[in-house]
Amino acid sequence: MWSTSARLIRASIWGAAVLSLAACGNEPPKTASSKAPAPGMGKGYSHDPYPSTYRPYPGVPTVVRGVTIYDGEGGRIDNGAVLFADGKIVAVGQSVDAPAGATVIDGTGKWVTPGIIDIHSHLGDYPSPGIAALSDGNEATSPVTADVWAEHSVWPQDPGFGRALANGGVTTLQILPGSANLFGGRSVVVKNVYARTMQAMKFPGAPYGLKMACGENPKRVYGGKQRQPSTRMGNIAVDRATWARAAEYKRKWDKYEKDGGDPPTRDIALDTLRGVLSGEILVQNHCYRADEMAVVMDMAKEFGYHVAAFHHAVEAYKIADLLKANDTCAAVWADWYGFKMESYDGIPENLAILHKAGACAMIHSDDENGIQRLNQEVAKALAAGRHAGIQVPDEVAWKWLAINPARALGIADRTGSLKPGKMADVVLWNGNPLSVYTRPEKVWVDGALLYDADNPKLRPVSDFELGQPGEGDVK
Amino acid sequence: MKRFLLLSAAALLASPAAAQTIAITGGTVAIGDGSAPVENGTVVIRDGRIVAAGAGVAVPAGATVVDAKGKWIAAGMVAGLSGLGLLDAGGIGESNDSASRGSPFKAAIDVSVAINPNAAMVGNERAGGVTRAIVAPDAGGSIFAGQGAVIDLGADPDPLTRARAFQYVELGEGGAAQAGGSRPAAYVGLHDALAQAEDYRRNPAGFDGRSRDALLTRADAQALLQVLDGAMPLLVHVERASDIRTVLALPKRYPKLRLVLVGAAEGWMVAREIAAARVPVIASALADLPASFESLAATESNVGRLTQAGATVGILSQGNGGEHTLKQFAGNLVAITKVPGATGLDWGKAFATITSRPAAALGLDGEIGSLRPGRRADVVLWDGDPLELSSMPVAVWIDGQQQPLDSRQRKLRNRYLTPTEGSLPKAYER
Repeated sequence: MWSTSARLIRASIWGAAVLSLAACGNEPPKTASSKAPAPGMGKGYSHDPYPSTYRPYPGVPTVVRGVTIYDGEGGRIDNGAVLFADGKIVAVGQSVDAPAGATVIDGTGKWVTPGIIDIHSHLGDYPSPGIAALSDGNEATSPVTADVWAEHSVWPQDPGFGRALANGGVTTLQILPGSANLFGGRSVVVKNVYARTMQAMKFPGAPYGLKMACGENPKRVYGGKQRQPSTRMGNIAVDRATWARAAEYKRKWDKYEKDGGDPPTRDIALDTLRGVLSGEILVQNHCYRADEMAVVMDMAKEFGYHVAAFHHAVEAYKIADLLKANDTCAAVWADWYGFKMESYDGIPENLAILHKAGACAMIHSDDENGIQRLNQEVAKALAAGRHAGIQVPDEVAWKWLAINPARALGIADRTGSLKPGKMADVVLWNGNPLSVYTRPEKVWVDGALLYDADNPKLRPVSDFELGQPGEGDVK
Repeated sequence: MKRFLLLSAAALLASPAAAQTIAITGGTVAIGDGSAPVENGTVVIRDGRIVAAGAGVAVPAGATVVDAKGKWIAAGMVAGLSGLGLLDAGGIGESNDSASRGSPFKAAIDVSVAINPNAAMVGNERAGGVTRAIVAPDAGGSIFAGQGAVIDLGADPDPLTRARAFQYVELGEGGAAQAGGSRPAAYVGLHDALAQAEDYRRNPAGFDGRSRDALLTRADAQALLQVLDGAMPLLVHVERASDIRTVLALPKRYPKLRLVLVGAAEGWMVAREIAAARVPVIASALADLPASFESLAATESNVGRLTQAGATVGILSQGNGGEHTLKQFAGNLVAITKVPGATGLDWGKAFATITSRPAAALGLDGEIGSLRPGRRADVVLWDGDPLELSSMPVAVWIDGQQQPLDSRQRKLRNRYLTPTEGSLPKAYER
């Protein structure tokens, strides 16, 4: 169900992107009924002013044979083979035909999986070193900062990207603004490839997300400044007032694009909220408590939007049925709990209970260290589930790391599983990836080998680390 | 010989500790002293202490026998530095007794009076295989955080293994921040406080220490004398190699100091000096990011390289709640032995970093942290390799007493295994 809605959302964003590109060179269409002709839907302003300049790095046709494969959508092949070439998955099966000149890797005793996708990261916005000068993740100056875009804070040299690649097998991640605000701003999805510019990391065509937050953070930050919101009811009050403004803004722009006339005044924050209301931008909502998630889902219905995923959904297990009924995903930690009141009821069986109830579930990190071990986090959640009698096969649990976050990000048609035609985002693990004793051996992004444990030259050293103590060390 | 079923744990709990002999037989034994695990071994407990552990251990007559075939019998984890028992959740300020920013007292602060063995987190972590914790205060307005304690996680009213087990001090960037903005300020604060403690020793009546202007209270001076005399270890948090060197030089001036380094992300750069000084380390296992300018050279190989150089290294648990994940940290140190260029630990040494090594750092490895004879019987029966992510404790003994595993988390889990409500609200399900 929710994958259908994700597809619809994708369709609309592709339409918008194509139209806005067309707007650069074309005259708006003329109509008979207005003096100033309407520009047409999506043409009022550019929806992609900071476009991706990412290009895949070159790779060679590669076959991994004799390997255990988790395809990321729940499928498993023992002693199987995978072929990728020209940046795309070509074939996955018991055996594949290796084209002439292909690199052939013996995967005996090893595993191949799709690259891990972390739907919740602040890498680049809260990079290492975590000093004040680089603290760019929370525009904590107003509870509504829908005008900020996380991508404008991303420092592409964050050493954390390299660690997430080499230790974690992470190939795609969503960078979100922080959770001080009810409307924190736009997220950006990036491929985990070092670049000189943020735009050169940007996942081509990925929908934007809107980071929202409920609960303790906004009320603490703004309550501490003696202003609204200082309570949970204040949170929702400011949310509703803002959505009401957004609906009005959308009506004006829709009318202008349909009928022409004087264009409405631009409001960068409301552009984003209009994008949400028109299904172009996906809501990624920080929310811990079951009761609050329920309220937010009703608020979404009130204003006509959809929550793609609740993040940090520590109490999601209490309302797994409700999340399923609303086609809303839960992105959770394996076993973080007890660090604040709204995380007090965290249990390690969260993912398994969500899965059992048929809800869309996934792991996430929100952490520059945790992102290096998301496979291990899933292994813990899986073990907790099994001890509670919820038997989830390993290959099915891998969905929590691959296709489910891809769907919640609106990029499942391009990555998130080892299916022919998808991006060749691939990890070769030196053992069972759900074992603590296993590490990535090789990581390919779009078919390019960007990490190889056996080749010291294929270990990224960010600009920041160059010439510093420990430079180039195996981290 | 009585056969004993794990299901009857409640019955065992009710019986007195005295003269009780338990033999846990036929499992893989992980002693925790750095040795490799022993297959088909037995652990014998009598009166709350370990009698024997390993292969070829005879089961004493009259012992209660626990069959551990196919399972692992391991030393309980020793977590440090932790806030267990000192807070209900870090972010619940009202419940959090870690730091004392507004207090005039610093080094004198003693966490042992505040430990709450009934805190939900203690039960959760006990069920995760943690049997002891090194509980430290956080610094609040001074480089001296105060005196930490070593506790057990037993389900009983007496959590203290050792009260006032150490003094904790922040140097490096953290110390600079506490001292007014710089490392030099932190060091002058350290030296002055120790000098004042000596003043107090020489002439207690002439020591101010009670006026508003006093830099050090009498209670603080008294606490620091313990440190100066080597009666109490001094745990020093530093990360940078140059800071570590400065700390290692302190005993030249204060010869009786019993130093322990905490953090030490760049410890590997001065590993031989640390080992030569015989200063134990409680280090972060997996810190591999230049998280700050004092840890630019952080690497997961830190613990392995320090150990290789001959230092005693335990792993820092880094958190309040979630101490059971120490086993995951140790497992990762084994994992990196397969990564070219990385330095990890073999299984036995890795397991020691979360059991006997942190105990040894505080001089307590004769008492806790391993299954060597005479130690307190803190034993965890695991359904598999304790470092592996899929393994869970199936029984836990602390001081030879079998512990309940029905934590608050477990109760929440049971209530919501089926999230939908039945004929009554969830609040009626217990």
